[in-house]
Amino acid sequence: MVTVWAVLQPGIILELVVAGLPPELRELPPDRLGLVLNDIKNLVSGNIVSGTPDPTILAAAEHYRNLQLTGHVCLWIVALLLATVGIVHSWRAISPKLRARNRVERVVTLLLIVSSTVAIFTTIGIVLSVLFESIRFFHKVPLTDFLLGLQWSPQTAIRADQIGSSGAFGMVPLFAGTLLISGIAMLVAVPIGLMSALYLSEYASPKFRATAKPLLEILAGIPTVVYGFFAALTVAPLIRDTGTALGLQVASESALAAGLVMGIMIIPFVSSLSDDVINAVPQSMRDGSYALGATKSETIKRVLLPAALPGIVGSILLAVSRAIGETMIVVMAAGLSANLTANPLQAVTTVTVQIVTLLTGDQEFDSAKTLAAFALGLMLFVVTLILNIIALRVVRKYREQYE
Amino acid sequence: MNTTTIETKTALDGAVNPDVREAPLSSAQITDYDHRQTVGRITADNPKMACREVNVYYSEKHALRQVSLDIGANEVIAFIGPSGCGKSTFLRCLNRMNDTIVSCRITGHIQLDQDNIYDKSIDVVQLRARVGMVFQKPNPFPKSIYENVAYGPRIHGMINGKAELDELVYASLERAGLIKEVEKRMDEPGTSLSGGQQQRLCIARAIAVNPEVILMDEPCSALDPIATAKIEELIDELRENYTIVIVTHSMQQAARVSQRTAYFHLGDLIEVGETDQIFTNPRHKLTEDYITGRFG
Amino acid sequence: MNKSDDSAATPPRRDIKALVNAGLKRRHAAERRFRWYGLTAISLGLAFVVLMFANIIGKGYPAFWQTYIELPITFDAAVIDPAGTRDPETLANADYAALIRASLRGLFPQVEGRRDLRALYGLISSNAPHRLRGEILADPALIGTTQVIQVLASAEVDTLVKGNINRALDESLRPISDQEIAWIDQLTADGRLTKRFNTILFSNGDSREPEQAGIRGALMGSFYTLLITFLLSFPIGVASAVYLEEFAPKNRWTDLIEVNINNLAAVPSIVFGLLGLAVFINFFGLPRSAPLVGGLVLSLMTLPVIIIAGRAALTSVPPSIREAALGMGASKLQMVSHHVLPLAMPGMLTGSIIGMARALGESAPLLMIGMVAFIVDVPRGFTDPATVLPVQIYLWADLPERAFVERTSAAIMVLLGFMILMNGLAIVLRKRFERRW
Repeated sequence: MVTVWAVLQPGIILELVVAGLPPELRELPPDRLGLVLNDIKNLVSGNIVSGTPDPTILAAAEHYRNLQLTGHVCLWIVALLLATVGIVHSWRAISPKLRARNRVERVVTLLLIVSSTVAIFTTIGIVLSVLFESIRFFHKVPLTDFLLGLQWSPQTAIRADQIGSSGAFGMVPLFAGTLLISGIAMLVAVPIGLMSALYLSEYASPKFRATAKPLLEILAGIPTVVYGFFAALTVAPLIRDTGTALGLQVASESALAAGLVMGIMIIPFVSSLSDDVINAVPQSMRDGSYALGATKSETIKRVLLPAALPGIVGSILLAVSRAIGETMIVVMAAGLSANLTANPLQAVTTVTVQIVTLLTGDQEFDSAKTLAAFALGLMLFVVTLILNIIALRVVRKYREQYE
Repeated sequence: MNTTTIETKTALDGAVNPDVREAPLSSAQITDYDHRQTVGRITADNPKMACREVNVYYSEKHALRQVSLDIGANEVIAFIGPSGCGKSTFLRCLNRMNDTIVSCRITGHIQLDQDNIYDKSIDVVQLRARVGMVFQKPNPFPKSIYENVAYGPRIHGMINGKAELDELVYASLERAGLIKEVEKRMDEPGTSLSGGQQQRLCIARAIAVNPEVILMDEPCSALDPIATAKIEELIDELRENYTIVIVTHSMQQAARVSQRTAYFHLGDLIEVGETDQIFTNPRHKLTEDYITGRFG
Repeated sequence: MNKSDDSAATPPRRDIKALVNAGLKRRHAAERRFRWYGLTAISLGLAFVVLMFANIIGKGYPAFWQTYIELPITFDAAVIDPAGTRDPETLANADYAALIRASLRGLFPQVEGRRDLRALYGLISSNAPHRLRGEILADPALIGTTQVIQVLASAEVDTLVKGNINRALDESLRPISDQEIAWIDQLTADGRLTKRFNTILFSNGDSREPEQAGIRGALMGSFYTLLITFLLSFPIGVASAVYLEEFAPKNRWTDLIEVNINNLAAVPSIVFGLLGLAVFINFFGLPRSAPLVGGLVLSLMTLPVIIIAGRAALTSVPPSIREAALGMGASKLQMVSHHVLPLAMPGMLTGSIIGMARALGESAPLLMIGMVAFIVDVPRGFTDPATVLPVQIYLWADLPERAFVERTSAAIMVLLGFMILMNGLAIVLRKRFERRW
């Protein structure tokens, strides 16, 4: 209760103060207003404000201080009132007939139910917040332009007299870039991850497996920002220098560097998921093949892999969804220029990179530029959600088959 | 404890390999004092496989002790005994399926015709092509019925061309008595068949490689009586061309399908003999107790 | 097709051995090849682990040492306190940089000209005067004496001393001139350069000057953020897990929750950042860049992990314990809170710690809610502008100076150290309380 109050109070007071400001101040753009409000807040807490304080601002500060005081008094009154009501209520309720256990249990159960709905509300929150802003974006930019446009240059004119940057919001190059980098990542991660899983589950001695598996999974625990650093400062220069030595034109922020490092990141993801899937194939299947005289690799290639295929496909889909949503590696190692290319040596940009670029730094919340980030976020959410649902369903079906 | 051994020593004279014949069975070599010697004639007149003093250990556990037994050509021999008696373990020694278990250690001689199958020169791939196996639970591969049967010949490179493969697949299914049921659905997955059909598919899969010996590990335990009857019938027919070793839980089944029966008890081979004799006139107390239902 | 013709379908017996043997060599070669592929794959994976660690440790470990220059400083009363009042305010505002300049001129009397002198003064970090002030404020009696004081060298000096500047390069391609190198060599020859453990890295906030930049601000930011994350996600996660596993009826509603949780666990982290921006900042008006909002966003992200781990821990408690408790007349809630929950707690804690370790390494959603600002001050609360360790790494990774590359790697080492610590704790916890039922 008190926390809710404490969290909400500044916001409400701010609104009230803004409402109390003279109209000419209210007309200011949001960022200017923010500055003014900051001044007011500083005045309240007794800091020195740059320049001489405007009388209106002084008045507003006074207003703010009063409201704050009222807020505190109100809080106390409400708290005391609640406490009294509580005491009175419990005084009257305490009687031999009271089934305290049942009541407590009902309340606790209710609390548990509320907690379990947090996850639902998170999803709803994600969908609503992203959808809401996206709809506002699509009022400014038509949906078809967004989905099918081949140009991406989100710099809209800030003033009407500016020329040049007209603002094009076609997301095709972004998705192409995302797919290119994810594709490179999968080319690295799937063979290495799958072969590692096969080796660990079919060939390795228990001792080797017990050492190598956790070591490999360290890769999954490394924060993505570390991969980003590794990609940008070690892998990208290496690729560029090698390319130059071979006489190739390599961008310093090539898709190849980001994709390679992302692939490394996804290796343990693919390998541990495939490992689960391969181990779910019953031993009797292997025995059947060995009993016919098949070698290990023949058994793996002709029996195990076909049997585990749905599960493996599911885990690859999950890995793809992971690659598409990965942010830090591409922000640090991929470029910003939206090239529509399939050449892995060129720089491309991705959906996540653009979301980050559009939303970091100073922003006004109503421009098409920032809203575009939410539209991209919506696309990202939808695509990964579809991939996840398909993958989880495939994997579940596969598990049931062998249970 | 009854330790009468009458024929074991003389019986060795009939063994096929000088190695095995000379293998002494003196009590000095029998390290495990608990070992009970086998009653009955362990040799066969026309042996296909000969096993001498086979011991199997799982880590520390001594799962099979000093088992010596011949398996005659074109006979059906049944291994019976209570659970955990070592009959399946012994069966799995015959095509080295125990190799896949890391903690498993095997000593002794097992011969297939002239070859010691645990010899370094023997390739396990080749051995298993010669000694096929059918498991307790039907385990068709997640492939079509056709591909299930074609699997063995394919991996071993036994056939040239599609026509020959077709012929082999159809012939194998025919022999397994399955052809009428699956002729029209060769492309459906093997798992779409019923349990009994699946087991016959597994038998067809095994005979497609044309092995010399077929090992069957309780092939009917997961099946209903009608399917069981079909399999038993099939076993009888297959005897013409193959040597069959069957592990079974059911004494009646052993009586129905086998010519010889071996009774295992807690890792020992207790008694071997003609099936009729074992079931009508067991010579060892444990065998008698088992077949009369005193335990098991 | 003549299906009954056995002789056609089954090749003669003796052929089998030969047939199989014919293919054996090729098949065993294929087997070895396949095995080799597997071994190569796993070695590659492990090589990447080693490579990354070697790369980062190799780059980062020098950052834990920092170069200092020993200067004989004369605390000239005329500069520090001309009036002789020893008034703390006067002492605090005195021109200590002048003392350093004087000392440097004393060491290099041959240097003349404004440009050269400025280059000379540039050898010392701009933070050095603060250090002198600290000394004087702590002990005003030093005024008038000459002390040998170790002052922080500038980042360029540090980089050169650590051997990270190629002296053979053309002067214009180096961040440091021939003249400066000569001065530094002279200082080295005089034994005035010392390397000390880099305490600044752990005691300072961010800075534009590499030699003064530290990770304390980011560490505190991470601490506050994770505290919020844990306080929110652990109780809610445990409560959800208990409800779903012990109380919830099996119906479409709980199915929906379950599917929802599984999908939420796979939503890209950046989308959570968008949620935080739209809901917490724009809708509820919470402050930008604050650990409070960061913690809220991260707790929503961590929640599915904790719920999934919690449910696994609960299912591993055998039903016999539940039946025993219910049989004694306990209510369902008593059964859960007295018997099941204590037994499942280690598992839940393990899952939560792993979730927290992941939250510690998370940066993408925090970029969205403004935790990327350049913040010098160490945050003191949940609403102060702050950044977190991984974001600090991201910010530093963008800076071109070699000294920052070094510091970025060092910060990564610290981050990885914390993550290893947390995961180690989880493993210990699991080992300690692991039960086989």
